[in-house]
Amino acid sequence: MAAQQKGSGSLSAVLSPEEQAGQDRFEQIIADDSRIEPRDWMPEAYRKTLTRQMSQHAHSEIIGMQPEANWITRAPSLKRKAILMAKVQDEAGHGLYLYSGTETLGTPRDVLNDQLMEGKAKYSSIFNYPARSWADMGAIGWLVDGAAIANQVPLCRASFGPYGRAMVRICKEESFHQRQGFEILLELANGTEAQKKMAQDAVNRFYAPSLMMFGPPDSDSPNSSQSTAWKIKRFSNDELRQRFVGMIAEQVKVLGLTLPDPELRFDEKSGTWIHMDLDWVEFKAVIAGAGPCNAQRLQRRRDAHNEGAWVREAAAAYAAKMARKTEVA
Amino acid sequence: MTETQGTWPLWEVFVRSSRGLSHVHAGSLHAPDSEMALRNARDLYTRRNEGISLWVVASTDIIASDPDAKGMYFESPQGKDYRHATYYVKSEGVKHL
Amino acid sequence: MSASKTDHTFDSFGDSSASATRVTPGNALRPEDIAIQQEKPGELVAQYALRLGDDALILAQRLSHWISRGPELEEDIALGNIALDQLGHARSFLSYAALAWDKTEDDLAYFREEEDFRSLHIFEQPNGDFGVTVMRQLITSIYQHLLYTALLDSSDETIAAISAKAVKEIDYHRDHAIAWTLRLGLGTEESASRMRHALDILWPYVGEIFEDEELHAQLGDVGVAPSSLHAAWEEEFTSVLKDAELELPTVPFAMARGRRGEHSEHLGFILAEMQVLARKHPGATW
Repeated sequence: MAAQQKGSGSLSAVLSPEEQAGQDRFEQIIADDSRIEPRDWMPEAYRKTLTRQMSQHAHSEIIGMQPEANWITRAPSLKRKAILMAKVQDEAGHGLYLYSGTETLGTPRDVLNDQLMEGKAKYSSIFNYPARSWADMGAIGWLVDGAAIANQVPLCRASFGPYGRAMVRICKEESFHQRQGFEILLELANGTEAQKKMAQDAVNRFYAPSLMMFGPPDSDSPNSSQSTAWKIKRFSNDELRQRFVGMIAEQVKVLGLTLPDPELRFDEKSGTWIHMDLDWVEFKAVIAGAGPCNAQRLQRRRDAHNEGAWVREAAAAYAAKMARKTEVA
Repeated sequence: MTETQGTWPLWEVFVRSSRGLSHVHAGSLHAPDSEMALRNARDLYTRRNEGISLWVVASTDIIASDPDAKGMYFESPQGKDYRHATYYVKSEGVKHL
Repeated sequence: MSASKTDHTFDSFGDSSASATRVTPGNALRPEDIAIQQEKPGELVAQYALRLGDDALILAQRLSHWISRGPELEEDIALGNIALDQLGHARSFLSYAALAWDKTEDDLAYFREEEDFRSLHIFEQPNGDFGVTVMRQLITSIYQHLLYTALLDSSDETIAAISAKAVKEIDYHRDHAIAWTLRLGLGTEESASRMRHALDILWPYVGEIFEDEELHAQLGDVGVAPSSLHAAWEEEFTSVLKDAELELPTVPFAMARGRRGEHSEHLGFILAEMQVLARKHPGATW
């Protein structure tokens, strides 16, 4: 195992014959559009990139539970309460599917969770904004999950097997997440004046952050080209953003709401959507910790972890006692 | 297992989706012991009627073949066409054979 | 009701024959079906369904708070499943009760006053630490399991049908509660002491569970007199405690009268949170 994990970054000078053979096989598998599996030799940089990307994704699912969990106890109908509860619970599940993938790369969940709680790990910046109204449950489902799905569908074919398999499962489950969000907004948009206002306000607040979920423009995206070469990433940030804007520009008409973007139009000549400039300064500030809810989100994670410590210890102690009993018997 | 205090070990989960099919690997999870692993597997991997039977195995108990030994392990059957019905062309067209 | 088709949207990605990712909603009695059924309950049956529904609703509301706060992510999901089951039972019973008064489940959940709720005090008790929640689950799931098992023979078809769906789910809740009681009771000195504390603060509300009302006699074969479940409950409960090396507390039962609408101080806050949005927009649909 140790020999496999040592591997090499692409730049290190001399590869041992063993490593060279591993490298050749790795490149052949990528070229064949086949899948890398956990015990295969892989370049250390590939392992690191995947661990970073999958764990960020997992953290986003776990932190992303909070803004919605915030409304479970106040959901305005029992049906909506059940849907929201199932959805937030799914997000915990998605986090676990992804952590399950990072485990296969040799990084245990504990290590990643520590990084998250210490504020060293990144996650989707959008979850550092507050969910202020019920309509936010709609906007998060439609726009945030919509953007997530646009990002994730191509990842079902990512070159790392466990990542692709986790994404297949996640995408299947998420298809209901986006729909329930859209239907929340549809009900509100066709409801009372106050409800309609609530819906428009939520769309106004989540529109730009959802476009930023695809990451910085291609011109400013340092990790993209290597990820594309490794077939982890199949489309660029801007390509995915384009596809998403095109979809929601149509969907918003069904809602009878508007997108808060006076510049939004399809440019026939270039065949692309033109949208307003996005505030990448704010984006970077939120990622760096200055969003409205960063501190609150991380503290909630730490609280749950710390308050659960005695439970985890008791269960581990019980397991050890039982194991000893079996040995004696 | 060299777990630190309060750290739960990793378990691999296999799900049988219906009678007549094999258990298929679904993913992993953490649990303090095998009984809780089974319960957690039920909660995590069968929320949508995915299964009628579950297996959990401590990840450390799985013995895997070495991918570097792929040639030695898995390439021997290649070229042994005579193990396949398609190798036998002279009998083609004979009914019920 | 027909079983929906398997979702094939993503079959082109990954391995479509990987049966572990096949999903179906399955066939089961749903609250939506009860809300549109022809048979309406009489006043007494509706009052009975209201009690069962309120218990489950308040418990679901309490448990749902754990999602994103559990001692481990796996436990967030487990408690989420249990909360969802309870919410499902609540919706079924409330939908059925509502038919008697030409109302909906939401009318009953969101637009009744505190004194109109019929839940038992045990369900209103705060989550506390994980040990308190486990102990509350142990007390209530053993009770609900006995109750729904008995209600399989209810002469009211809808009550029997809801119970038939519920009893299998409660069986798991009970299993979950027992598993955790053993681990926390026998785990560490700290966990054992927390479980003793949990037992002490919840025990006062056990008495109310088994008190009969006039309603139970009037209902005849429709319902179950709670007192008839007491002996079996105590036997099972004490046997779990024994295995977990815990002892029955000596604190007395409280004068709890939730079935009459006289609630603990907790329910007002639970309802304030649960009903706030719906009440801000009366008549709105969601």
